[in-house]
Amino acid sequence: MAAYILKRLLLMIPIFLGITVISFAVLHLAPGAPTEMQTMMQPKVSLEARARLNAIYGLDKPLHIQYFDWLKRLVRFDFGRSFSSDNRPVQEKIMERLPVTLFINILSLVLILVVAVPIGILSAVHRYSLFDKATTLFVFVGFATPTFWLALLLMLVFGVHLDWLPISGLKSLNYEYLGFWGKVVDLGRHLILPVLLSAFGGLAGLSRYMRGNMLEVIRQDYILTARAKGLPEKVVIYKHALRNALLPVVTVLGLSIPGLIGGSVIFESIFAIPGMGQLFYGAVMARDYPVVMGELVIGAVLTLTGNLVADISYALVDPRIRVR
Amino acid sequence: MKRTLFRDFWRRFKRHRLGLIGAIIVFILFAVSLAAPVLSPYDPSYIDIKSILEPPSYEHPLGTDQLGRDVLSRIIWGGRISLMVGFVAVGIAMVIGVFLGAVAGYYGGYVDTIIMRFVDIMLCFPTFFLILAVVALLEPSIWNIMVVIGATGWMGMARLIRAEILSIKERDYVLAARALGSSHARIIWRHIVPNAMAPVLVAATLGVAAAILTESALSFLGIGVQPPTPSWGNILTAGKDSIEVAWWLSFYPGMAILITVLGYNLLGEGIRDAIDPWLREGRG
Repeated sequence: MAAYILKRLLLMIPIFLGITVISFAVLHLAPGAPTEMQTMMQPKVSLEARARLNAIYGLDKPLHIQYFDWLKRLVRFDFGRSFSSDNRPVQEKIMERLPVTLFINILSLVLILVVAVPIGILSAVHRYSLFDKATTLFVFVGFATPTFWLALLLMLVFGVHLDWLPISGLKSLNYEYLGFWGKVVDLGRHLILPVLLSAFGGLAGLSRYMRGNMLEVIRQDYILTARAKGLPEKVVIYKHALRNALLPVVTVLGLSIPGLIGGSVIFESIFAIPGMGQLFYGAVMARDYPVVMGELVIGAVLTLTGNLVADISYALVDPRIRVR
Repeated sequence: MKRTLFRDFWRRFKRHRLGLIGAIIVFILFAVSLAAPVLSPYDPSYIDIKSILEPPSYEHPLGTDQLGRDVLSRIIWGGRISLMVGFVAVGIAMVIGVFLGAVAGYYGGYVDTIIMRFVDIMLCFPTFFLILAVVALLEPSIWNIMVVIGATGWMGMARLIRAEILSIKERDYVLAARALGSSHARIIWRHIVPNAMAPVLVAATLGVAAAILTESALSFLGIGVQPPTPSWGNILTAGKDSIEVAWWLSFYPGMAILITVLGYNLLGEGIRDAIDPWLREGRG
């Protein structure tokens, strides 16, 4: 097992380096330098001043030198300083936003798991029943719904017309004056729509996947054996079949992390939530290279970690993986 | 021979009710897009300041926008753009994915290792972040958007075709072609790839839907297809600030996206089941 984990960890290194190389190349090869953006509107800025700015940011060096400089700093967990006027360290900017995005994504992952798995099992066990047909319909419509559009509509209905839920930010204006439970309730009310919506797409996907797995497992010979032994149907389904059908779900959850992180840009801009997505969007628009690179790196690390955890837990329960 | 293969496919496909519904939706969308000049009641960019933000009525079945333009006409014309984005993006993804997947699967060895590592790297990107960054940096033109969506969406197809090829390349007819002295390129493109295309076609159908959704998400952030060219994404986005007074502006383009994506997904599902009965109820 230790050997397996070590092997997986070593494999992550080239992938991680590949991600940084591609991100760096894409950013720096795009036309238009950040310093041009900052100085474009000011005719007073001379060419020398622009060159000086480039030198300050290290943008005057050849690309590969810039990359290795950046990588050297990264090894010491130094992501550089933001190009924006606050000039703060990138890791500081990201770290104050990471918890918000992680929190929302973890909540929606939990919601996806808790809702999608039972739906998938039930619709597989009662295949072609009314429930199965209804959930199949829900799944296809869910897949097809542009979530930001649904967000707009829900905001309009629950936020504006019915006035039940707040529609922007994470805290009310009077948040500081609330007691502990008041704060929890307030935060919860702000989180309902964002969490529900970011879980929405994954919900459809995972329940479909779970259904497929379950149907496949039920076909297997060992299920036939279990039935032939005269085990009650409940035991056959919920003990023998379910365990095997649940396995691949772990991997799918790991793979869904990049999508969730990517989706955070949309949700955070709709609901005005100060998270990673919002920071990323602003940084891209302002060509704040260090922040953009930092975010891409963090996003990749989260994805790699998710995949690693998924693979390890898979290996823990399925010895065949370890041997390979 | 081909004829019976297709008949066989059709016989299974038409029993798949959802797939059939999807095919009909997709067909109607094509027809409407092709006939846009005839069908759209108004010029989609005709500005009529006398009828601003009018609710749906007999003259304007889906209402008008902030500039008095007819929403129905804009959605019909926008459908052309959205479908084009979907098809071109998937076309690009298919070319890259099939080429890399075929080369990796056929040659194996270190070529395979390098390509598949590259696939792993691309799969670890939060793709939407990457698309967002590239489109914003390159300035959001429709071509940039199609190329970027295509260039970040080929990994699944590469994996599919590689897996197919690994199972096909040792079969007798491939060995026969090799014994007859066919070149590698000929064996790959004439003998192997056509037999490995089925799952790729399914992935492509689903990919069109995904590309349309991605474009609309980019539009939502203001960096999709740029106005005045109407795409469903940017019509929806243009309406979001007036949503409290004019819900129809954002509601209908969203519905158009939903129905289209639904159509392609159902069609893809139908094709998958019809191509390979063993994949029935397959993993989705």
